Amino acid sequence: MTAPAIAGGVDFDLEAAWGLNAQVALRDEEFGALAYHYGTRRLVFLKSRLLVDLVRALDDHDSAAAALVSLVEPSEFHRYAAALATLVPSEIIHER
Amino acid sequence: MSAKPVPSLKDRFSLGLQAPICLTWELTYACNLSCVHCLSSSGRRDPDELSTAEAKAVIDEMAAMQIFYVNIGGGEPLLRPDFFELVDHAVASGVGVKFSTNGSRLTPERAERLAATDYVDVQISIDGADAVTNDAVRGEGSFDTAIGAMENLAAAGFGEFKISVVMTRHNIPQLDQFQAIADRFGAQLRLTRLRPSGRGADTWHELHPTAEQQRELYQWLLARPNTLTGDSFFHLSALGDPLEGLNLCGAGRVVCLIDPVGDVYACPFVIHDEFKAGNVRDDGGFSRVWLDSEVFAALREPQSAGACTSCGSYDACQGGCMAAKFFTGLPLDGPDPECVLGHADEALASVKVPVLLRPTTTVDHSARRPVSLSRR
Repeated sequence: MTAPAIAGGVDFDLEAAWGLNAQVALRDEEFGALAYHYGTRRLVFLKSRLLVDLVRALDDHDSAAAALVSLVEPSEFHRYAAALATLVPSEIIHER
Repeated sequence: MSAKPVPSLKDRFSLGLQAPICLTWELTYACNLSCVHCLSSSGRRDPDELSTAEAKAVIDEMAAMQIFYVNIGGGEPLLRPDFFELVDHAVASGVGVKFSTNGSRLTPERAERLAATDYVDVQISIDGADAVTNDAVRGEGSFDTAIGAMENLAAAGFGEFKISVVMTRHNIPQLDQFQAIADRFGAQLRLTRLRPSGRGADTWHELHPTAEQQRELYQWLLARPNTLTGDSFFHLSALGDPLEGLNLCGAGRVVCLIDPVGDVYACPFVIHDEFKAGNVRDDGGFSRVWLDSEVFAALREPQSAGACTSCGSYDACQGGCMAAKFFTGLPLDGPDPECVLGHADEALASVKVPVLLRPTTTVDHSARRPVSLSRR
């Protein structure tokens, strides 16, 4: 499966290397995590534990696609790619 | 999508979090003003207030709990001689500071110091868009003082500070004027709800907005979703589309208050024994109070909608504000005294408890006047 196929219309470059913004702190919660951006002072909710693991895994993989493949069931790729895409405008994650 | 229903974030928040999202810390009961609606009945410093070392230990605990920022108030926090020492300690520990001030001690030098500090937000309180309206609530000269502080922040290049207004019957007609003051300083407007708490218990009945004004405020806020409200007006969401925010009572679930002597309460509006969960000086400190207190555990249980069960708007307003009900003598599982559908009007008019026996704050540091002899 190629990355663009995984992306399935989500506006997010899965082939690129992504990472957690250094200005962001994650606080684990039962529902997922709170992400606080010290630069924008905005609080964002990561609404599943798997999404939190995925966000933390981005830095260890050469591409977002590789991180997805390592953690997420194929049937859920699209959903989690879309979830990653929502974290771009709030600068929680960024391209490395 | 998975087939099993995923609880909403709102439902999950109701069960509590590892640490509060919105933590208010009243640093001192000392205040040079005596606003008629003061939530904390402030005036005189309490001799038992946390020492500098104790306050720093509380900050260290906040940092360990990953409380990303703390809302500091009082009293007037700038009256604490160690205020900047504590702010610097918090910021260095990764705990951002948002603090509320009446502006009276916000000199040009202090404005510059604040402008040079990262992760500090300043809220200056006014409760009228002109001196007459403001000073009737906050005391003579307080409007000019606050505007002077705003000028000092602007001159220091602080950037976008906040102007905090408690909405009353007398200032709701001034909403656009408040916005104009904010625009003049490049500031952000923050509007919050008047609560019958602290000295507000004595003045709420005269000051709270009328039903018509509530609808006006709701429309104004709907049209300006960027206005900050601290999630204050969720009871208005029963009027139609929900306002911005979580639209739930966060007391003990998302929110809590640490008072100047270290007592922990469910929210800033319930400084009363009934809602006291513990003290940061207790074994285990603040985190143990947050995680283990019986008061908070009870608030995190599913709450009964009581008399609101049959109302179609309960999902929107959640029955409103616990503190507003408590201090007006209404049952906690019934409508908010300012229920926009009027469901509390009858109950409010027929509260059987004599005014003097209604719950009032159990902690009063109001300046006594006239000045009396020594305290004990």
